[in-house]
Parts: sequence; structure tokens; C-alpha cells
Amino acid sequence: MHFEYKVEGGDFTNAGTTSSEVKKMLKQLGVNPSIVKRTVVALYEAEVNIVAHAYRGTIFVDLEENSVSIRLEDEGPGIPDIDKAMEQGFSTASPEVREMGFGAGMGLPNMKNNSDKLIVNSVVGKGTTVEIINYF
Amino acid sequence: MEYIHHALKFKYDLCIGCSHCTSICPTCSIHVEDGRPILDSNRCIDCGMCYQICPMNAIYIEQDDFETIYNYKCPVLLIPSIFSAQFPEKVSQRAILSAIYHLGFEYVYEVEKSVDILKEEINEHLRDDDAEKPIISTFCPAIVRLIQVKYPSLVSNLLLTKPPLNVTAIYIRKVLTEHGIKPEDIGIFYVAPCAAKIAAIKSPVGEEKSNIDGVINMNYLYNKVFRVIKQGEYTLREDEFDFHPISRNSLLWSLTGGEIKDIPWGRNLAIDEVHNVSDFLDKLENEDLDGIDFLELRACDESCAGGILCAGNRFLIAERQRKRARKRPKTVTPEENNILNYKKFLRSNMSVGEVYPRSMDKLDDNISVAMRKMKKVFEITNDLPQVDCRICGYQTCKALAEAVVNNTADIRQCFFVQRILEQTDKLTTTEALKITRKVWGEIKLDKDSIKHLDLK
Repeated sequence: MHFEYKVEGGDFTNAGTTSSEVKKMLKQLGVNPSIVKRTVVALYEAEVNIVAHAYRGTIFVDLEENSVSIRLEDEGPGIPDIDKAMEQGFSTASPEVREMGFGAGMGLPNMKNNSDKLIVNSVVGKGTTVEIINYF
Repeated sequence: MEYIHHALKFKYDLCIGCSHCTSICPTCSIHVEDGRPILDSNRCIDCGMCYQICPMNAIYIEQDDFETIYNYKCPVLLIPSIFSAQFPEKVSQRAILSAIYHLGFEYVYEVEKSVDILKEEINEHLRDDDAEKPIISTFCPAIVRLIQVKYPSLVSNLLLTKPPLNVTAIYIRKVLTEHGIKPEDIGIFYVAPCAAKIAAIKSPVGEEKSNIDGVINMNYLYNKVFRVIKQGEYTLREDEFDFHPISRNSLLWSLTGGEIKDIPWGRNLAIDEVHNVSDFLDKLENEDLDGIDFLELRACDESCAGGILCAGNRFLIAERQRKRARKRPKTVTPEENNILNYKKFLRSNMSVGEVYPRSMDKLDDNISVAMRKMKKVFEITNDLPQVDCRICGYQTCKALAEAVVNNTADIRQCFFVQRILEQTDKLTTTEALKITRKVWGEIKLDKDSIKHLDLK
């Protein structure tokens, strides 16, 4: 089953809508609660990344009998060095932002920890595509 | 399938089939068939919203026959402290207690007697870095059931500790046996402020059997006691007249915020009313809300003061309870509250077994079947008008769609679907009426006065 959701950059009020919808569906399918949790945590993180950094994005969700694949495509600044961004603690955030507890450099590593497969592609100045796959 | 006991029952002879209960249920557990509400036992969490909204008082809450207290040589009453807060200000604690004794009880204990000990236990769990956070309180049994059916991923956050009523009951049995009373002579009767507590006693979660011998509904006892007081049939007792000396915050425990009062650090939230709780748990399940340590969640607005079996206004009950608490000392000694002498024994006996999820959202045990069903539910829901009018007998269009997919309902129960089919001659008015009669019974569709109404 295939679903599409739109995400607006800067709309923090509605960030999490897609994760909530996906959660509802996984629960209806009777997917193991811990896998539901992992998927929702990874997706939420990715969704908020679009809201925080990109102009807009689309989330494509594909539900199969034994897996869920989520592709998040955004139009935004892109990530210059993906390998670095995957490192735990790496962050481009200013000290002021870090002071507030954001930009701890845990975003991508956290997504990686909560997904069976994570693929990140990015073109600077154009946008980023994140793919999360979790198996049931 | 596991048998789940519910304390809420319908009185079909009083029910007019208005479906208010269907509309309010937070777990969508009631639908209408043949003009009567039908309860889905797997979904119901015994919160009692339906009981409160029913305009005909056609929902009742079962209780044990009061006379059964006389089956025991030593009947003991275990009573939530909120009980006395239902009475008008001028009725003294002493009069209330004396009237209760007059009804035939040998001993009367307040449930919250064990709260100080329970608080120590909670604080210890909170200090445990390995415990899954936030720890969710299991004090309110409707919340435990809500999490089981609607939030299976949060079941592992539940605090596996007995509530005060069961801890105090262990103490009572222990101390009375020490005083030479035979265990078989002791009958512990609990006064329930709500249906969920009764259900939890009749089929406990995480335990084989409850240590409570019988349940008395709080409004029943309130009426009985008030009558005794009004008629002045009792003799004022000279002994203890503020029940038992328990600490100030123990008396506040069952009100909103009561459990988090003595947690000296961390992030702790108290949320009451079942829809509010659902909203928060949805959020908690979605975003991993960081750094919350403890959640006190209660199904009733104003917590136990708003229990559906409480007599009177919940805000007034809460206010009286706070007033009574103000008069109590902050801490009490083991000399004053004897239960504190049994702390070690009780703390080693207060854990309960694992709680299992029993998801109500799951469409099928087989994931590929569930997948097919989900697809169908989406399709059908899209075809339905999305007005959630309940004419089909279900709470929402989606609920009807699910029932259709599970072969327990007919899509033609939908009023809009009927009209559409009638336009294309796929359904006759007679057939449509027959289907609607199956949902709402005969009476609603056979009002002669309306049939012969002069519309000119």
C-alpha cells in the first residue's frame, strides 16, 4: 500500500503528523510494538529535519507484508558531507543553538539506530532524500 | 480468548436506544443493533463515560450483595478517603465512621493508609536508571486497560506495583491474623468510586486473583450511611474519629496531582480525564518526548473525586478533601499509623506480574490479511460521507468500515449509501427500511403520529 504526505518547511505545529498516521497503520497491522516505536522515532526525526531545514518535502510510505519503506524527499539546502553528518555528535549548529539543547548531532545517528536500513542522498542547494526501511 | 470482566452492564428495559453511549466511548467499544447498545468486551476499559452520559440511567454498575458481609465473622471495610468528602461540611468524620460501624463492620480502614509506603516504592523505581521512562502509574485501572488496548508499545512503561487498596488489604489481613482472628473469618470489602476499580478486582491485570473479598458501590454506601446519620440510629463512638491518622499528602493521593506531590525531582506530569490522557499518550508514542520521568494518569476529570460512583459535584468533593488534608500533619510516625511498622514486609509483597498488551487496533492476527483489510477499510471509509452521524449504529464512518470489512455490518446501514443506491434503483425503500430497522429496532421507524402527520 502506498501513501503520500506533504510537509511544509517551518511548520513545527504540524510536525509529526505523518509519523502519527504511519503509527496508526502499523498498529492496525499488528506489527510488534517495539518495531512500531523504532519506525516512528526514525520517521519523526526525519520529518522534523524537513520542517527545520528544508523549504518543503514529500513523504512516500510503502507498506508491504514484511516491511515498511519510507522515502522523504525535500527541497532544501542539502547536506554537504553525509558521512560526517552520520557521525554521532557532529553538528553544524551554532553554540547558541546548542546551548538550548538543540543541534546535539544526534539526528541522523538516532535515525540510523532506529531503522534497519537508512540511505541518505543529498545535493547541496537542491535537497535531500532519506530512505528508511524497517522489517517486521 | 482471555475473559475480561466488565462492571458496566446495560439495563435493556430502560434503554431507549439513543446511542449517546456509542458517541462518547473513548475506545469505540459500543455499537447499536436492534435498538440496543452492544459492548465489545475487548475494547471496553470500564471508564464509565457511558454511565455518566446515559439520559435514562440504563447503565448500571454491578456490585456484590451487601448482605454478604454477614457471611464473615469479621467483616472489614476498606474505604477510599474521598468517601467522607461527599458529605456536607457539617457531618463530622466521627459521625460518618460511627454510622459505618453501625452497619455491621468490625473494622474500618482507609485505603490511603499505605500510601506513604507506596511513595517510597515509586521513588525507588524512579531512581533506577534501567527502568523504562517515563514510568506510568498503575493506580487508575481504566488507564491500565486503556494502555493495554490502545497503546501496546507503552505497556512496558507501566509501574508493576499494587495500588494502595491491595497493599492496605495485605496489611489488614496480616495484622488481624496476628491479633488471633482466623484468616477465613476475615472478609475485606472495598468501597469502589468507579467501575474500573470493580473490574480490576473481578479480573485483575497482572495478578491471578484479587485479595479483596467483595465490592460495595460508593453511592450505595453513601446513601446507606447518610440515612443512618439522618435518622440518628447510631451511637457516636468514642475512639478514633478521624478514621486513622494518615499523612496530609496521603489524603491528597487520589486527587489530581496527588501521586507526583512527593516526587522531589525530575519531570513529572499529572493528567486527568480519559480523552486528555489519550491525547498525551498519542504524543508520547509519536515523538519520543525526552526526559519525562513519571506520569500520573487518571481516567476521570478531577481524578477519584470525579469517580462515576461518587455522590455530588466533583469540584466540591475535591475541595472538601483538600480541606480535610490541610488539618493533617505532613508526616506521621509508625506509632500513629501502624502500617509503617510493616513497611519491609509490604514492600516485598507489592509487585504484580507482567501486564500484556491486547491491541484493539489490530485488524487481524495474520499480517497479510490485516493488510488486505486495511486497504478495504480505507476504500470504504473514502466512500462514506465522513459525517459520523451514527445512523448506521457505529461511532464513526471508519468504525462502520471496519465492521463491514470484518463481516459484522452491512455498508447499506449507512443512510447516505442507502439514498445513493435508491437513486440508481439498487435498493428499494422497503429494503432500506428493513436494514435500518435491524439497527434501530421497530419502534423508532413506526411512529404512527408521524406517519399521519399533516404536512400541508
